[in-house]
Amino acid sequence: MTHTISLLVENHQGVLARISGLFSGRAYNLESLTVGVTADSSISRITLVCSGDDNVIEQIKKQLNKLVDVIKLTDLTGLPAVHRELALIKVSASPSQRGEIVQVVDVFRGKIVDVGSDSMVIEATGSTEKIDDMLTILSAYTVLEIARSGLISIERGKKIKKVLKGV
Amino acid sequence: MKSGAAMVVEALKAENIEIIFGYPGGVVIPLFDILFAEPDIHVVLTRHEQAAVHAADGYARSTGKTGVCLVTSGPGATNTVTGLANANFDSVPIVCLTGQVPRSMIGNDAFQEADIVGITRPVTKHNYIVTDRSALPRTLKEAFHIASTGRPGPVVVDLPKDILTEKLDDQYPESIQMRSYNPVIKGHQGQIRRAAELLNEAKKPLFYIGGGIHIADASEVFRKLSKKTGIPSVSSLMGIGGLPADNPLNLGMLGMHGTYVANMAVSNCDVLFGIGTRFDDRATGDLATFAPHAKIVHIDIDPSAIARNVTVEVPIVGDARQVIEELIGPCRAASIAPWLEEIDGWRNAHPLNPDAGGNKLSPGMVIQAVSEVFPDAIIATEVGQNQMWAALFYNYRHQRSLITSGGLGTMGFGFPAAIGAKLGNPGKTVIDIAGDGSIQMNIQELATAAQEGLAIIIVILNNGYLGMVRQWQELFFNKRYSSTCLRKRAECPPACNNPGDTCLAYIPDFVKLAEAYDAVGIRVTKKEEVIPALKKAAESKNRPVILDFIIEEEANVWPMVPAGAAISNMLLGDET
Repeated sequence: MTHTISLLVENHQGVLARISGLFSGRAYNLESLTVGVTADSSISRITLVCSGDDNVIEQIKKQLNKLVDVIKLTDLTGLPAVHRELALIKVSASPSQRGEIVQVVDVFRGKIVDVGSDSMVIEATGSTEKIDDMLTILSAYTVLEIARSGLISIERGKKIKKVLKGV
Repeated sequence: MKSGAAMVVEALKAENIEIIFGYPGGVVIPLFDILFAEPDIHVVLTRHEQAAVHAADGYARSTGKTGVCLVTSGPGATNTVTGLANANFDSVPIVCLTGQVPRSMIGNDAFQEADIVGITRPVTKHNYIVTDRSALPRTLKEAFHIASTGRPGPVVVDLPKDILTEKLDDQYPESIQMRSYNPVIKGHQGQIRRAAELLNEAKKPLFYIGGGIHIADASEVFRKLSKKTGIPSVSSLMGIGGLPADNPLNLGMLGMHGTYVANMAVSNCDVLFGIGTRFDDRATGDLATFAPHAKIVHIDIDPSAIARNVTVEVPIVGDARQVIEELIGPCRAASIAPWLEEIDGWRNAHPLNPDAGGNKLSPGMVIQAVSEVFPDAIIATEVGQNQMWAALFYNYRHQRSLITSGGLGTMGFGFPAAIGAKLGNPGKTVIDIAGDGSIQMNIQELATAAQEGLAIIIVILNNGYLGMVRQWQELFFNKRYSSTCLRKRAECPPACNNPGDTCLAYIPDFVKLAEAYDAVGIRVTKKEEVIPALKKAAESKNRPVILDFIIEEEANVWPMVPAGAAISNMLLGDET
């Protein structure tokens, strides 16, 4: 099963290597990983998506918690949370195809962020599934390049540990 | 104003470090320079950085204190990797200080540059590179704190040369708070109660102790719990000595080379109570058939060690000593006479047999003689058959009396570890039980031991083979002794599996080698010479002693569970 895990980590040199190294060294399956600083510049938030059976997921969480730089781990799977991914998709678009493509993009509430003479770049945000669906439709055209951000997630509601307020 | 190097020495003193193991090199000269005239810190110069880490490791395992090593950048640092991985696997507190090229040169492929933080990340508990002189005191404090608390482990602190020379007016902190690192020490009360209930209700309960018993300094309280409940115990390799070997409730080591009674008890118990052990594959064998009738209780300070390999009914995260102390009250004396009878049946059916047969010395009997002459020694071992014989046939009585590479299985560990153990326990007899193969992996440390005046006794069980691999080749590879005969010369036929007394002499001659290092060397070939040789070794006050016991070449370690089989499925050595 796929799990989305949110980590607050010390914003230290090498922390990303510790986490990615943990996954490769123990042969865990890491699907995406994003990192960015929080309101407290000494703390970064990492969102990672990983998969495995229940025992593997349990071990992944324990091993992550064991890392000295990990301050807090939350498994967002099954919790009320907002999940978003950003994708930039470059499609081949002749002047006659542009209209159709714009319609598809509108259906998915995407944006056209660049138009060239024979291509355009689409910006899409949403759940991983929504972006996957959009790419399926766009595959009717020639997709030239894709850049996806990986998932970022945040728990709904205002419950937060006092010491970590604002992060 | 003090230099970074002076701050490092201030930190060592504040942490009560009396001894460090090291090897100098270009970038750490400033640090060695301060240590040159430092009366409070004894710097032991090993002959290889790997040995420096193993020595720090042996020091730490035998004393419970943190071991410290100091090496230079590049090759000095990379040579520590095996030692660090070894210490990490067996949860040994070490702070390893590595030199690094100056900050301005990092990343430029400078002379003797290595990304040691990158290299050691997966084999340390944590590691640091100090990139700001002002961060040095806190980083060192954190390193010592992390190394020695929770599940202990090695911590590397990489020190660029210009950090060592930069001056600042600062202090080493007395204490430290880390928001991201707070190991759980106290066990959950409800879980402790449940564990006690399970034990009280069990008809066939069994303790299974691991290295955590020693690390948590829990041997004494465990002996109380054992005595009060009357419940028998098995031990992992790392747990040996937690309960005296001659205590009737001690069934010995379980696992691949465990005793028959220990493996049968595990396979038939109804509650298995693990304390400070990882349930690793050498102990459990086939997991599907491991302790098939048992509910498992598991105490460990590392949550990730719990329920990793086996399903655990009652997990307890906490310090073994504290949890055991709390268990003694609610646990009752067990009424388990039929279970103890069943156990005695297994014990009597297949006791350990020290006699390997043949005309040469039997390794098991040599170890029993060591046990008789030196009943209270600290035993270090190398890895392989020598390690298993040392585990099975020495009569361990004390906490931290067996110093052995359990998880990583590092040949060459024992001798430098013995050096560390002897320096940490100058009043005790320290013996390295070695094979003729593994002793050669860090034999250069004879110089260190001789120059430090350490009367360490090296018992070489010399069978002319890399014996454990040879045993596997004999049993599972049709006796094809590929690259395991240590007597093989260029003149030999390529596929010989039957060397004999007509072969050319063994290289090296360990007795002459001992003499070359100003150590005592004695070769022992006859049974009646064993005890006198050991007594002769005991007379050495400040010179290492090599005892070269020429043992039966093809002696095997029995019992043996074939890899991947159930531990109840033992080869006992008497099969025809």
